[in-house]
Amino acid sequence: MIQMKLNGLDVQVEEGWTVLETCRFYGIEIPTLCYKEHLSPYGACRLCTVEIGEGDSTKLVSSCTYPVSDGLVVRTHTNRVQRARKMLIELHVALCPTSKVIQDLASRMGVTQVRFEPKYEDCVLCGLCVRMCKEQMDGKAIGFVDRGRNRRITSPFDIKSEECRLCGGCIWICPACQTRCHGPNPESVLCNACLMTETTCLDVYDDMQCWMGGKGECGMCVREDTVVKE
Amino acid sequence: MSKRTRWLLEAKGCIDMATAKRAPTKKASKSYRTHVRVCVGTGCVSNGALDIKKALEKEVKKQKLDKKVLVVTTSCHGFCERGPMVHVQPDDIFYQKLKVKDIPHLVQEHFLNGRPVKKFMYKPPKSKEALPKMSDIEFFKHQQLIVLRNRGRIDPEQIDEYIAYDGYTALAKTLTTMKPKDVIEEIKASGLRGRGGAGFPTGMKWELCRNATGDVKYIVCNADEGDPGAFMDRSVLESDPHSVLEGMLIGAYAIGASEGFIYVRHEYPLALECINKAIRQASSYGLLGKNILDSGFSFKMHVVQGGGAFVCGEESALLGSIMGRRPEPVQRPPYPVEKGLWGKPTSINNVETWANVPPIISNGAKWFSSIGTKTSKGTKIFALVGKVKNTGLIEVPMGTTLRQIIFDIGGGIMDDKDFKAVQTGGPSGGCIPKKLLDLPVDYEQLTAAGSMMGSGGMIVMDDATCMVDVAKYFLNFLVEESCGKCMSCREGTQRMLEIVTRITEGQGREGDIELLEELAETVRDTSMCGLGQTAANPVLSTLRYFRKEYDLHIKYKRCPAKVCKSMINFYIVPERCTGCQRCVEACPVGAIVGPRSEPHNLDVTKCIRCRACYEICKFNAIEDVVVDAIRIISGVGVEEESEA
Repeated sequence: MIQMKLNGLDVQVEEGWTVLETCRFYGIEIPTLCYKEHLSPYGACRLCTVEIGEGDSTKLVSSCTYPVSDGLVVRTHTNRVQRARKMLIELHVALCPTSKVIQDLASRMGVTQVRFEPKYEDCVLCGLCVRMCKEQMDGKAIGFVDRGRNRRITSPFDIKSEECRLCGGCIWICPACQTRCHGPNPESVLCNACLMTETTCLDVYDDMQCWMGGKGECGMCVREDTVVKE
Repeated sequence: MSKRTRWLLEAKGCIDMATAKRAPTKKASKSYRTHVRVCVGTGCVSNGALDIKKALEKEVKKQKLDKKVLVVTTSCHGFCERGPMVHVQPDDIFYQKLKVKDIPHLVQEHFLNGRPVKKFMYKPPKSKEALPKMSDIEFFKHQQLIVLRNRGRIDPEQIDEYIAYDGYTALAKTLTTMKPKDVIEEIKASGLRGRGGAGFPTGMKWELCRNATGDVKYIVCNADEGDPGAFMDRSVLESDPHSVLEGMLIGAYAIGASEGFIYVRHEYPLALECINKAIRQASSYGLLGKNILDSGFSFKMHVVQGGGAFVCGEESALLGSIMGRRPEPVQRPPYPVEKGLWGKPTSINNVETWANVPPIISNGAKWFSSIGTKTSKGTKIFALVGKVKNTGLIEVPMGTTLRQIIFDIGGGIMDDKDFKAVQTGGPSGGCIPKKLLDLPVDYEQLTAAGSMMGSGGMIVMDDATCMVDVAKYFLNFLVEESCGKCMSCREGTQRMLEIVTRITEGQGREGDIELLEELAETVRDTSMCGLGQTAANPVLSTLRYFRKEYDLHIKYKRCPAKVCKSMINFYIVPERCTGCQRCVEACPVGAIVGPRSEPHNLDVTKCIRCRACYEICKFNAIEDVVVDAIRIISGVGVEEESEA
């Protein structure tokens, strides 16, 4: 068993777990996009960012890929983390505003504006389909090609792959393939968040210390007022 | 060195150490009175050094001096801008910018008549007197050579010459007198830190790798140098490949590694050729392979060619590339010293770090740690480029100030313009402004100034450089070269480029600076590897020191350096224009019209701001003042307001 500190609490963790698995085990919600159980973690979307370390030497890491170790100090909802996550989801929305998964994440995180020109891409390069095909379907029919801004997912030589059995696993898992509804208001980059059912609980805390207990149980806190400004 | 190793080195065909120190080879020192050393580094070769060598040999033969004068090729001197160059020993005369047609005159005057030719010598920028001796030239005078100790001195393709200059004695010392633990302690005591940029203590890395569990261990030499304007690693590999090999052998012995990889980018054909040749020679001398110097230590070396991706300089991506996978950085921990190549402990060090090892072993840790600053020991090689008079490769002790590097060694700014900033650490480094010129260069100071050591690129910029444009240039590079795995790095750099491009095109909006800052911080914080974490540096450091320039671009649509095309207009000063018609001919779009001998007219609507007219229009008016009849204006009417 490994001893570590999670949001101010001493917790025990199985060896070989990642920080994200630990957080899920202890009931702390961390937004993820490119992470799926039973697929190897990849760390492409960076939304699961958490802050590790203490004092001045803290840094942000992606919790899905970071292994736990003895004495590790993890904080999941600090101001720095929340700001980074909001910016990341804003980038995601601007990249692919038509995805329901991304829009849901954005509204859950309270994103109210998108300051970048929308690109309306079909793919956010989260790599879920590549891992699904390789690890669950044993297909290895698709993969990444090129780098930087030219990076894309395709089959070898851009022709139909002989490995592909048309199982549809890639489409099933794709977050961009689930399109969003537009709601009653005129079309906009950011959806109208009509499906947001989350409580408006305090979403910034250095260590999870709400005296009412679990997150959002009391329903007393209002998001706009309680966001701690730096 | 023990008797046995001495005998081995001698028996293998190497020459006697005692007499060899003075001259490259015994035979040569007896037969020739003069050695003419022609630099055949990449810079000089592209300037025609090989033709110079041929011409020299032909001319020497013609003058029947071929028994007295020996023409040899040597590695890069570092003063690449002045190529092709020739160094004459033992007189220490230095000739630069030679042309084939100059050679007969040179040979006749210097080698036949004994009168060194002044007109081919280096003239320092300030005085007009030629400096005959290499050791008097400012560019060379202030340098301290440890890694580049053999530059311009040996032929890199001859292992004998390397051995003659005490090469492989450090290896012999290590294998015969030291235990692996002693080697690690020695390196730790020397304070050597990784020269690839991050500055991790080398001794500690070796120790971690040695203590890691694993039956097989590997070492890797990172020679995937991709920074624009940087060529330190290339030069070391081309000018002294054996010192890298020797360093790696010592490291492998200390770590307990049995195989090593040198990862060279394929854009460095000469470096590849040199290192391959060096490996062949070392193998034939028994310095590589099984049972090296009869010590029971065996080592195998492989050379891997990179495919041209900048991200392969990142260690985990590099390992992926060696293993034949997609070069994508992976999460650390576990670090390569625990799980590297094929899951085995692997120590990755930069070319320069490896080349630092033999001198440390030979001269001792105490000697090495006496050079440099408190936290950064030894010397560092920089590629001094940009708007500086003497460009080239320099090696200076840590703690040398930027002012010494740029103004003493570099000779100041080209055309005597004003210094504006120096960009250090490659594309992910930062720009350091004029007020920090007295900053001593070491790892901590550069990081505190918002830049980094990086691999050692140093790009000097004058006051005609627009800092927003500089940020745009580096972002453009990073957008292409990010591996694209992390959303933050891939999209973040693209969005930053989008905003910066918008600003340089005069479309900047209120709030762009704040957005840029927020985005840059996110990219820095949330990216996985070193490339992404530093990708925001060009933006963050220019914002930190040159925020006003961004402001001027956004608020007043004015580019103070007059670089951004959309914000400048060209204007012909009627009083100055003599109507010479040169600009009319130069203009590619026919925007300038006007009869001869009368002031010309420039049609702003047709002008594409290519600067052709501005470059070509230069004539001397009264009192030797160079005046341009064509002026560039940026932001009409706001000049006074914005300057205040």
